[in-house]
Amino acid sequence: MKIHEYQAKEIFAAFGIPVPRERVAANPVEAGMLARELGMPVVIKAQVLVGGRGKAGGVKKVDSADQVETVAGSIIGMDIKGLRVNKVLVSECVDVKGEAYVGIIIDRATRAPVLMASAAGGVEIEEVAKATPEKILKTVIDPAAGLLGFQARNIGMALYGDAKLAREFAGIAQKLYRIFVQKDCSLIEINPLVKLGSGSLLALDAKINFDDNADFRHKEWEEMRDLSAVEPTEVEAKAAGLTYIKLSGNVGCVVNGAGLAMATMDLIKRYGGEPANFLDVGGSSSPEKMVTAMRIILSDPNVKAILINIFGGITRCDDIANGLLQAQKQADIRVPLVARLTGTNAEKAREILKGSAVTPAETMGDAVKKAVALAGGAK
Amino acid sequence: MSILVDKNTRVIVQGITGRDGAFHAKAMKEYGTNVVGGVTPGKGGQSVEGLPVFDSVEEAVKKTGANASIIFVPASFATDAMYECIASNLDLVVCISEGVPTMDMVKVLDYAKGRKTRVLGPNCPGVISPGKAKVGIMPAASFKPGCVGVVSRSGTLTYEVASQTSEFGQSTVVGIGGDPVIGTNFIDCLSMFNADPETKAIVLVGEIGGTDEERAAEWVKASCRKPVLGFIAGQTAPPGKRMGHAGAIISGGSGTAPEKIKAFEAAGITVVYEPQEIGPKLKARL
Repeated sequence: MKIHEYQAKEIFAAFGIPVPRERVAANPVEAGMLARELGMPVVIKAQVLVGGRGKAGGVKKVDSADQVETVAGSIIGMDIKGLRVNKVLVSECVDVKGEAYVGIIIDRATRAPVLMASAAGGVEIEEVAKATPEKILKTVIDPAAGLLGFQARNIGMALYGDAKLAREFAGIAQKLYRIFVQKDCSLIEINPLVKLGSGSLLALDAKINFDDNADFRHKEWEEMRDLSAVEPTEVEAKAAGLTYIKLSGNVGCVVNGAGLAMATMDLIKRYGGEPANFLDVGGSSSPEKMVTAMRIILSDPNVKAILINIFGGITRCDDIANGLLQAQKQADIRVPLVARLTGTNAEKAREILKGSAVTPAETMGDAVKKAVALAGGAK
Repeated sequence: MSILVDKNTRVIVQGITGRDGAFHAKAMKEYGTNVVGGVTPGKGGQSVEGLPVFDSVEEAVKKTGANASIIFVPASFATDAMYECIASNLDLVVCISEGVPTMDMVKVLDYAKGRKTRVLGPNCPGVISPGKAKVGIMPAASFKPGCVGVVSRSGTLTYEVASQTSEFGQSTVVGIGGDPVIGTNFIDCLSMFNADPETKAIVLVGEIGGTDEERAAEWVKASCRKPVLGFIAGQTAPPGKRMGHAGAIISGGSGTAPEKIKAFEAAGITVVYEPQEIGPKLKARL
């Protein structure tokens, strides 16, 4: 789960990481009032859950108080990579003398958190990592001991070549790690971490992603979630215990298991079609779940055929078949269905679907070929 | 031979008094797995499917001589269940539970360092050595004894792949799990298969996200003496989206299917683009 910059900065401030004086505004008038309180000039920053907002014109410096409402008005409502900007952060202008990057992620290979830093701050760290990997400094964090002072100071020294700044950096990095652990982050970043004219460090931007698996112990996340940034159908699917991701093709698919769902999408593409979605019905699949799955897929007008690919284990094929029949009764299924049901209770499922409008298929390849043809053929 | 589990594996089921635990305890027993008991704290003394229930792993080990465990408890209790197995020096703990926080897994695996227990999972279907033992949730009918070793990050896709190898059967099929941080990775399984005389060929089923497949490919190139087939799911997955599995995400432009396929090709791994190619391609390499 991603959160906005202003939300991440509130967490930073609570843990003692220095941030600019700034407040969030939901409309131009509010932005104007905040700017007058802060004093001019200010920077107005779009709050949107996607990178590259600066290049898209979502960050602007404003010198005069009269201009704030106009500029804020032009940013609120702006579309950045398909996401609407609903809020802006009104921030004091600071005197930047240098920009660095610092972040913490879990490295899958070493199975440990890693502190990463770079003197090349301000730009996308992935670009730095690709073009000049030697410019990224890394230190692996011992999960039992935590981020040790000397580790963080050594990185700080390599960044700044100055003992005082290295100590200040270490303090910030250790607080960052404390947040990472206590708030169950999957990623935490300051980019840029700026050196001010006064000689001290400050987090000019903030990025936090939470580990969705830890949501059972963070009830507060529900209030922080920005539902405007998520496809409403994806939210509905989640509530029903399904994982649904909308794509742009015309062959809808209902599959049990994430790996098999991806493999099914890949095969649709391989046979000349385009998948309309990723949908994993999960382990236990009641007929009701199937009804919801069909409704969600059919809410996409591009869908011309639906492929059901089930390898029954815990999932019972007869449940899926009953769900299909129920869905046909309850919803207006305007497209052809192809079902490949194998594994647990596949025989029963075949009996249930006999005489129905569902086209049966024996293998995954057979099912995909039929579904692609029914959706209008290969491109 | 086989890897990880066989006729001598003595299994306890953590969470045996729950719905899934009870169901799979029965299914594993019916398959012929040597299931010796279960653990649910506070429910010691009861019995489920004719199996004794204990309050702790330590007690279960003392009374039954168990050397492996399979976990069916909710994610919020799964870490404690794993710690308990590691502290009791079991040989293997299979964590079926889905949704374990990544940092919790980091700590569990850190605790396991230098200790005896191998962790498989979490968020995995478990392991089966057909005809010998099943310590997992897979439908038994999809597997039969034979010479192909299968290692996979997926669940149902593993069943699909295994069923495509039925002409040869399987020595052992391991589901390592779809999370970013897991106890047993591809290389661990590849090296066990490489050393297992019964295994003649290996099928590796990967997916987008991370670089575990790339590192596995390097290992195959350097050390593997047996033919390896590789399949990658998620060629059509959009970047930045978590495709069901917590670990299946293309982030910062890395972890893509083409990168992994390139690594497979460079290592001499036979790349498979759809499940039904597996049978013929295996035949060609065996």
